[in-house]
Amino acid sequence: MSKFKKKKGGDLPAVNTASLPDIVFMLLFFFMVATVMREDTLMIENRLPSADQIEKLEKKNLVMYIYVGKPSSQYKAKYGEEARIQLNDKFAQVSEIAAFIAAERASKREEEVPFLTTSLRVDKEANMGIVGDIKQELRKVNALKINYTTTQGDVSNNN
Amino acid sequence: MAKRAAPEVNAGSMADIAFLLLIFFLVTTTMEKDSGISRKLPPMDDSEEDVIIKEKNIFKVSLNGRDQLLVEDELMELKDLRAAAVEFLDNGGGENANGEACDYCKGKRDANSSDHPDKAIISLKNNRETSYKMYISVQNELVGAYNELRNRRALEIGPKSGFRDMNFIEMQKNFKDVNWPGNKTKLEEVIDQIKAEYPQKLSEVQ
Repeated sequence: MSKFKKKKGGDLPAVNTASLPDIVFMLLFFFMVATVMREDTLMIENRLPSADQIEKLEKKNLVMYIYVGKPSSQYKAKYGEEARIQLNDKFAQVSEIAAFIAAERASKREEEVPFLTTSLRVDKEANMGIVGDIKQELRKVNALKINYTTTQGDVSNNN
Repeated sequence: MAKRAAPEVNAGSMADIAFLLLIFFLVTTTMEKDSGISRKLPPMDDSEEDVIIKEKNIFKVSLNGRDQLLVEDELMELKDLRAAAVEFLDNGGGENANGEACDYCKGKRDANSSDHPDKAIISLKNNRETSYKMYISVQNELVGAYNELRNRRALEIGPKSGFRDMNFIEMQKNFKDVNWPGNKTKLEEVIDQIKAEYPQKLSEVQ
């Protein structure tokens, strides 16, 4: 019954995967270069609004971040639904901003201090009351350069 | 003498290791998106001196708690704000502080609107209940109005200094770009001139 024997030579040859590591490494290097490690763990919802008349923030090491937004789901029970401020890794009151700015300034070299910018990363659903309070507090400590951080996009995306 | 070849290291699992690292970086990555609208806050000033500004030189924009936009005491849609602000800033109905008329303005020269871009002030007022997204949208439109005028001016005066077909935004970008081959001192002069001709005077009412 040799008629029904499978032909040996007709098998598809296995795909050569020798270059797979190279491809993966290429991707790996891309992500390693493009990645920016997140410094702060966000405990709030932070969806930035979009705008199109924006400027890039240069010199990332001279930026101080203030996050504002509703506490995320696991903190809701403890901190409520109202938008709150997050500095570094914990929730803060408006009055703590002055101390935060002072600490950030102390950690930088003296000649760099005038170039420090405060980046306000505020959730788009927050209201202006809390932002106004923060701005007032920043004026008190003379941290006047601010940046309303937004994403690139048309303002019509905000609704 | 028999020469023994060193046994080859099995590289079959290299792909797995690389995948592991790849997945780690994929998960932790956040693409850079640090850009936004830059503003300078006014310094704390306790001296209460009254500056007298004519009513017609102020463009009043206010936002209420329900995100409604009131411009010069009339309700307005967000999409019309930029054009209205441009019209106000570019009006040029009078003279600046030095008594010069605005020779680069292309507005209607209405006597009841702003005198000169140098004198024109946009005043933005918001309520505590106003949502942040609406506030940013309005800020964006107002900055857009200034940029529109500055771009137009850049296209007019740029060619005289040898910067053809370059608007204000591109000028600023090129000025910051280290690899840009052009003449930077000349470019800075042009940028400063445009900034002086259309100064950003945006005041926020507390």
